[in-house]
Amino acid sequence: MSSRTLPLLFINLGGEMLYILDQRLRAQNIPADKAKKVMNDIITTMFNKKFLEELFKPQELYSKKALRTVFDRLAHASIMRLNQASMDKLYDLMTMAFKYQVLLCPRPKDILLVSFNHMDAIKDFVKDTPSILSQVDETYRQLIEMYTPLSSGEFQLIRQTLLIFFQDMHIRVSIFLKDKVQNSNGRFVLPTSGPVPHGTQVPGLIRMFSCTGEEFTRLKFNNGGNYTTALREGSFDIFGDRVTKLGTNMYSVSRPVETHMSGTSKNSAQHTKVSAAPNPLAKEELNLLARLMGGLEVQKPGNADTGFRISLFATDEEEEEALISRPDELSCGVINIQATKDQQANAELAKIMGEFTESGDQSPSVSNKGDDLLAMMDGL
Amino acid sequence: MYHKEKSIQIKNSASALYNNLSVLRIAPRRLTHFTVVHANMVNMVSASWDGLNYTHRQLQSKEPNVATSTSLIMQMYESDGSIMVYWHALDTPETPTAQAVFARGIAAVYENYICVGVSSGAILVFDVPSKGSNITLSEVLEEHKESITDMASECSGSQECIANLVTADDGGNLCVWKSGEEFQLLNKIPGFDMSCSSVKLWKGTAVAGYGTGQIRLYEAVTGILHAEINAHARWIYSVDIAPFSGLLLSAAEDSLVRVWHMTITPETNSVEVAHLHNECVTDTQICGARFCDGDGYAFAVTGYDLSEIIRYIQS
Repeated sequence: MSSRTLPLLFINLGGEMLYILDQRLRAQNIPADKAKKVMNDIITTMFNKKFLEELFKPQELYSKKALRTVFDRLAHASIMRLNQASMDKLYDLMTMAFKYQVLLCPRPKDILLVSFNHMDAIKDFVKDTPSILSQVDETYRQLIEMYTPLSSGEFQLIRQTLLIFFQDMHIRVSIFLKDKVQNSNGRFVLPTSGPVPHGTQVPGLIRMFSCTGEEFTRLKFNNGGNYTTALREGSFDIFGDRVTKLGTNMYSVSRPVETHMSGTSKNSAQHTKVSAAPNPLAKEELNLLARLMGGLEVQKPGNADTGFRISLFATDEEEEEALISRPDELSCGVINIQATKDQQANAELAKIMGEFTESGDQSPSVSNKGDDLLAMMDGL
Repeated sequence: MYHKEKSIQIKNSASALYNNLSVLRIAPRRLTHFTVVHANMVNMVSASWDGLNYTHRQLQSKEPNVATSTSLIMQMYESDGSIMVYWHALDTPETPTAQAVFARGIAAVYENYICVGVSSGAILVFDVPSKGSNITLSEVLEEHKESITDMASECSGSQECIANLVTADDGGNLCVWKSGEEFQLLNKIPGFDMSCSSVKLWKGTAVAGYGTGQIRLYEAVTGILHAEINAHARWIYSVDIAPFSGLLLSAAEDSLVRVWHMTITPETNSVEVAHLHNECVTDTQICGARFCDGDGYAFAVTGYDLSEIIRYIQS
């Protein structure tokens, strides 16, 4: 499968995460300066130069667990805190949104346009901060350099790789249900109407040719749908109209985010079975993870004035209830990296690899963790 | 023309891969094997014709050996999946390239060859003796420059056809071959940079399904385009032919399966296609569609994220 999938997966999931956090920060009336700091901190970490270098290297997709851990770290890249239940819900929303976008893309290449929609929104979040803006612009250039030369077949391979990653996920999302883009069984609605993709003709015509190349007859047939001709193509430049709405922000203060867990356990259990095979690339994933953590600016929330908690639920009771009732198979075991004063950094790393199958603990408390982690990095 | 029959449940859902359904009819035992790929696992269901017995089997690829620098790309089993008789690995490049090494596209070719396509564009030709399991790599064909997507052998049963293998790649290019100790390239039909995801060969006519949703019928040896159909609104994932009746099946991401009829007379060089029937598999991106028998009396369909094989039978 494709080794060029991870950057797109990361950037699009990150984009969705920012949409949701932005909405929750507003909904909880977090002061504007704090909210802005949170968004800036997360975006700075997301587009950390060393991290992106690593991300853009040809490699297999991370396991679900490893990717979830990366986003856990990312969500905690600032003074904001999330409980386990809120983090679970945040991740579910992010992944279902991107799954929807990947599935609904008319052409595989449109995944790049979806990515640009996310990038455009991220750029807008940091438009007042030139230092972060330049990081974002640099990422646009990397995306354009890596992806615009790819053929349609190579994009389809990327799309197929993503679809395998999202296989069997049918979490119901309230906004999708309301907009009737998702059915009550968790599956997305695929319309047989609307514009055909750019480069495709409306189905319904058979042309037959003689040996000399002349068309000698045309036949029409009923295509069983209600299709129209393609729209104009979206822009693949740093600036431009992307045309597609997939990847734009679908949340607003008036559209709260909720998820339903039911109806997914059977399929999820099947999928967990397949991915339980030991991942021989575990060490590589941890290296990248470590670099991400190493790039973090650690905030010390001992000071009650700066730290605060964000919830994805309306009340604390709801949050607790969600944590208790979450089906086991949906809880990706979050890698719990305990910083220790142990000088044997390698032994620690080996221990962590062994902990891949442990179930998730509560989020590690942030103390002087940053210093210990940096010490661990030196040992890698 | 067709109506839906009882579906067959499979242990895992189907992955979004081209041509993701294989059907093998074993008449003497009155059963049919169906296989569907889920990530790195093959799900096999053997269904008895009376509809009473379903046996499931799962074949998983061997654990990758990270110590060696090879990529396992192919495993061969007995037709009921009971024993693995052969496997083949390729050298992995020193530095990882942007495309992992993988196999895609497979065909059994006259007289005793099995051809397998690789992501590099190479085609491996394996010599399979009629007795014993001494399978050997006979040849590597390096004509395609882009990843192989699908391949097919001549399915009319006629020995008179000169060409007996057509191979397709991500650029939409088709290569037409004559099998033998040394495979002979008879023709190259260029694509228009649009991936050909599925191809079949019948009575010397190559039927190809493309990412643009078009189906094209070419005379394989000459490359003459006989017909072009604006068939689907999305990427085609599977085409299949029922060789005794000339029925053609096409399926795509647009949720539609279409049945066509082809009239091919090689002597007069005439090819005609007519549309017969549509089936919509609601809210499903179809990834595999095959006729279950040589007449096209029944066909089966798989879809992404679907844990069943949907069947249709002529009314």
